[in-house]
Amino acid sequence: MSFVKLTASALAIAAVSATTASARDQVQIAGSSTVLPYATIVAEAFGENFDFPTPVVEGGGSGAGRKKMCEGVGENTIDIANSSSRIKQSDIDLCGSNGVSEIMEVRFGYDGIVFASDINGPSFAFTPADWFNALAKEVVVDGKLVANPNKSWADTNGSLPAQDILAFIPGTKHGTREVFDKKVLEAGCKATGAYDIFLAAAEGETDKKKKKAAKKACHALRTDGVSVDIDGDYTETLARLAANSNAIGVFGLSFYQNNTDKLVVATMDGVTPSTETVASGEYPVSRPLFFYVKKAHLGVIPGLQEYIDFFVSDDMAGPDGPLAEYGLVSDPELAKTQEMVAAGVAMGPLN
Amino acid sequence: MTDATSSNVPGERSGKTSLYAQDARTKRRNAAEARFRAYGIAAIVVAILALIGLVSSILYNGSSAFRQTFITMDIYLDPAKLDKDGSGDIEKIAKVSTFGYAPLIAKAFEAEFEKPGIGVEGLTAKKAAKMISKEGPADLRRFVLANPDKIGETVTFKFLASGRIDGYYKGRVTAETAKLDKNVSPEQLLLADQLKEAGVLKTTFNFGFLTNADASENRPEAAGLGVAILGSFYMMLVVLCLTLPIGVAASIYLEEFAPKNWITDIVEVNISNLAAVPSIVFGILGLAIFINFMGLPQSAPIVGGLVLTLMTLPTIIIATRASLKAVPPSIRDAALGVGASKMQAVFHHVLPLAAPGILTGTIIGLAQALGETAPLLLIGMVAFVREYPAGPPEGFFDPAAALPVQVYNWTQRADPAFVERASGAIIVLLVFLLAMNAIAIILRRRFERRW
Repeated sequence: MSFVKLTASALAIAAVSATTASARDQVQIAGSSTVLPYATIVAEAFGENFDFPTPVVEGGGSGAGRKKMCEGVGENTIDIANSSSRIKQSDIDLCGSNGVSEIMEVRFGYDGIVFASDINGPSFAFTPADWFNALAKEVVVDGKLVANPNKSWADTNGSLPAQDILAFIPGTKHGTREVFDKKVLEAGCKATGAYDIFLAAAEGETDKKKKKAAKKACHALRTDGVSVDIDGDYTETLARLAANSNAIGVFGLSFYQNNTDKLVVATMDGVTPSTETVASGEYPVSRPLFFYVKKAHLGVIPGLQEYIDFFVSDDMAGPDGPLAEYGLVSDPELAKTQEMVAAGVAMGPLN
Repeated sequence: MTDATSSNVPGERSGKTSLYAQDARTKRRNAAEARFRAYGIAAIVVAILALIGLVSSILYNGSSAFRQTFITMDIYLDPAKLDKDGSGDIEKIAKVSTFGYAPLIAKAFEAEFEKPGIGVEGLTAKKAAKMISKEGPADLRRFVLANPDKIGETVTFKFLASGRIDGYYKGRVTAETAKLDKNVSPEQLLLADQLKEAGVLKTTFNFGFLTNADASENRPEAAGLGVAILGSFYMMLVVLCLTLPIGVAASIYLEEFAPKNWITDIVEVNISNLAAVPSIVFGILGLAIFINFMGLPQSAPIVGGLVLTLMTLPTIIIATRASLKAVPPSIRDAALGVGASKMQAVFHHVLPLAAPGILTGTIIGLAQALGETAPLLLIGMVAFVREYPAGPPEGFFDPAAALPVQVYNWTQRADPAFVERASGAIIVLLVFLLAMNAIAIILRRRFERRW
C-alpha cells in the first residue's frame, strides 16, 4: 500500500523537522486591541525597511497580552506585550515567579476617548457630570441620593437636546472602560457632590478603604437598559449606532477619525477632541499607550531591538508620522523615551 | 393506519358512500396531507429565502473586493534621492527607507499636472500623492532594490489607489462624505475623475486580493488573502495526512476486528460524544498540549492542523464505519469462503468497496475543518502575519493566518474598506467549500456501488 507508506514518510519528515525546527527569527507581539492597529502599521513598515521578517502581531486584550508575556522566557513565549493601561503589580509578580525579571516599559503616545453619535442627529456638548447624571445608579436630587430618575439628556442638563438617554459604552473587559469609569464617571460623581455623600456613607476601617468604596459606588450604573455594555469592538458600537440613531457611543479617537463621515463627535467640558487637544491635556478623557518588552529576549530574538527603536523613532511615532496620521496622539516626551529604549533601561517598581 | 383500515372495512357503514364523492373522514385525511405539504413547502421556502438573503448580502458587499483601482504613472527614479554618491552600491541604496520614496511619487504628479485637462485648483502635488496607496513607496523601493541599474531612468509603474479613492468608484465615498473625511478631499475626487478620463486611473480585476499578504489599517487596498490561503492549505495537508490513516485504521479495527464487549462499547459511545464536543475545547487542549507542553511554535499551521485533526477525527471515524457497514456481509463471507484471511478479505474486498464513502466522509470532514475558527483563536492564528510561510515541511512551523480567522480579523478593523474585504474573503471561503463538496459528490456518483 503505497499510500500508507507515503503518509508514514510524511509523518516521519514532520516529526524530524519538529525536533530540528530552527530558532524563531521573527518578533512576536500580543496584547491590546487598541494598540493593535498602531503595532501592525509599525510592523509592516519595519518589514519593508529592514532585513528582518515582519513581526507577528496578535490582539487579544491588554491583560491577556501581559499575562502571555509573563509566561516565561524562551522562544515559544512572546517578546512584547501591547497594553492600553499600565502594567499591574499582579502582572509583575506573575512575571517574577516565571523568571521574567526585567521588563522595559515604553510609553509611545496617547489615545483619546470620544463620545459620538449618528451624523444626522443633533450634536452634544457634555460635561462629566451630565454622564454621571445620565448613567449612574443613584444621583443627587436636592442633596439626597435617589435612584436615577432621568429619562432624557435634557433632564440631566437643560442645555442638552431632549433626546432619550441611550449610551453604548465599552464592556468591563475593555481597557477603555477603566478610563471611562475614572475620567468620566468619577469626575462627574465628584462634580455633582454624590462622591461626598458616598464617602460619608461608606463603611471601612481606614480612610483609604472608605475612598475605595465611595469610588466603587460612583462606578455603579443603572440597570434599566439605558446604558448598554458593548463587549465587542468599536465596529460593533458603530453598527449599533447605525441601527439606533438616538444613541451615543464611546469610541477611540483613531476609530472616530477613520469614520468621520458617519459620526458627529461631542465636546467634553467645551473641548473638541483632536490629537492637538489631547496632546495639550485640554481634552480630559485620554490615556497613555504602552508596550512592554521582555529584556531577556533582547539580543536573542533577531530584530527585537531594531523594532522597538523603530517604533519610537520620529519617523513612526513622531507628530508627523504615520501613527499620528492614523490617530495616535504623539508623546511630547518622545525624545526621552527614545533615549530610554536605546539604553535598554528596565522599569523600576510601580509607584 | 387505524383510520385507513376502519374506513375501508366494507359494510361497517351504510352502503351510501360513493367512490367519487369523498366522505367527511377522507376529506379530513386529504386536508391533513395537503396541510402537511404546505408546511413542508413553507419550510423549504424559508430556508431558501434565508440562503438567498445571506448569499446575496455577501455577494453585494464582497464582490467589489475583487476589483481594485490602479493609477499608472511614469516615475523618474532620481539618483539624487536614491543613490546620492552614484556608487550604485546596493547597501547604500537600501539605506533609503520608504519615506524617501514618497517624494518621487509627488514629483510624478507634478509631471501629470502639466498635461492638459488635469489639475484641480488648491490641490498640490504633495496632497495629490496621498491618492496613492501607502503601499506605493514600498513597491517602488522593492523594485529599485531588485533593479538598481534602473536608477536615473523613468519607469512606468502601476500603483494601487488609496482606499478612499477606490471607495469612490465603488460607491462608498461621495463628494459629501469626502468633505467630512480627513483622509480624502473633494478635490482629490475631482482629480481622480480627470485621471480616469485621461486613462491613468483604471479599475480592474484584483489578483492581489488572492495573492497579497494582509496589510495594516493604513492601507486596506493592499490587503490580500495570500498568507491565509497558504496557511489554510498547510493545515488541510496536516489534517489529511493525519486523519485519513488514523481514522481509517481505527474504523476498520472497530468495525471488522474488535470483539464486541463493554470496552469497545465505551469507545464507540465516546467517539460519538467527541463529535459533539464544542470545537473551542479542542483549541484549549491544543494550547495546553501542543504549545505549552510540547513547545511547538505559536501561530503555526502545524499546531492548527493538529488541533483540527483532533476535531475532525470523530467525524471521519463515524463516516468510515458507516460506509464499511454498508458493504454487504456476503462479500466478506465469499472472500473468507474461498480461503482469504480476515485481513485479506478486508483490504482486498471490503475496503475498496467502501472507499468512495470513506473519501466522501473525509472531504466533508476537511470542509468542516476548513471553516472552523474558534479553536484557532486560542493558538495564536488570529495574528497579523505578513510573511509567507516557507515551503513544506519547514513552512508548517512558520507563522501563518487561516481563511476564516482572516474574516474575523478584518471585521474588527476601523477602516470601512475592510468590510468589503471581509465579505470578499467569505466568498473565497465559500468557493473552496463548494468545490470540496462538489468533489465529494462527484466521487460518490462515480464510484459508489449499490446493492
